[in-house]
Amino acid sequence: MSANIVYAILVTSLATFLSRFLGALTSQGIKETSKLFKWFNCLAYATLAALIARTIIFPAGVLIEASYYSRSIVVFLSLFVFFISKKNFVYPTIFSAVCMAIINNYI
Amino acid sequence: MINKNFFFKGYRSIFTHDSPAIALTFCFIAIGALFKNLGFNIQESIFSTVLTYALPGSLVMAESMLIGASLLNIFLAVWFVNARLYPMAVSLFPLMMHKSQPKWKYYFSCHFIAVSAWLIMKSNYKKIPKEYRIDYWIGIGSATVSVSVIGTFIGFSFSEYLNKDMMMGLAILNPVYFLCMMVGASKTIPVTLSVLLGTILGPIIYLFSPEWSILLAGVIGGTIAYLVGEHSVS
Repeated sequence: MSANIVYAILVTSLATFLSRFLGALTSQGIKETSKLFKWFNCLAYATLAALIARTIIFPAGVLIEASYYSRSIVVFLSLFVFFISKKNFVYPTIFSAVCMAIINNYI
Repeated sequence: MINKNFFFKGYRSIFTHDSPAIALTFCFIAIGALFKNLGFNIQESIFSTVLTYALPGSLVMAESMLIGASLLNIFLAVWFVNARLYPMAVSLFPLMMHKSQPKWKYYFSCHFIAVSAWLIMKSNYKKIPKEYRIDYWIGIGSATVSVSVIGTFIGFSFSEYLNKDMMMGLAILNPVYFLCMMVGASKTIPVTLSVLLGTILGPIIYLFSPEWSILLAGVIGGTIAYLVGEHSVS
């Protein structure tokens, strides 16, 4: 293995594990019925939603090359599939990949 | 030690009809192909997936390496992006804490905190006796990591067959899958409001502060949602 790549992987995993470990450590004194727990629950959902919205609207990597409109169309159509498939997670997910490839190729 | 019944129950939870396994596999196929394009070998790719096990963090590492960033820059960039794992851990571990369980299980299994595993556990924890939730969680985590490793291997092995359109399809799959899981989890006022405010505030704050946008949107949106939830209860 190349030393640079291994160091990058180790640094990445350390940075990732730090948040997880600190979370596990500090959650020990928190009861699931406490207000602090409820607040952190809201923070977690809001942070995740912000991350997802940012990934779709201001993407990184290969998604930059797809236009804003094509990304929005795919997301809205996928949500439509999610609701008509009785909130199944698999159908809209596969649909989004196929839809994005088609829109980019033909539209 | 680990209770096998609950461990395998957790492991099997990703093989349900609405399983995250397919979406996770596709997401890591994209990561595997990306790693190969970056010059990783197969061992390094799998090593990275197992040790990091967080898609946004892996993407940030890949982008940072592309522009030749230093190790300190990679550490800070990944830490910022993955800081969301802290509130996720704090909002999950109290549900699994039991005095009969050894501490090492919690410290070891915090590595499995990631969006898919977290959402699966959040949807199913009530069905599991509290004493065995940690074993169930280790089962879910082991299953999602296994699926990620398989996806990375497939992506790495078949990267030359993946053209740009296919890579784009794989890249949109991950946020769509997470979005559906979040919408599906929005069953109470505070959670629904958290998801809604996070979705609106994330991109708005990004315009002013790209580095802090996720954390700020999470803190502001989550706090407003919590306060509204408390007010509606009282």
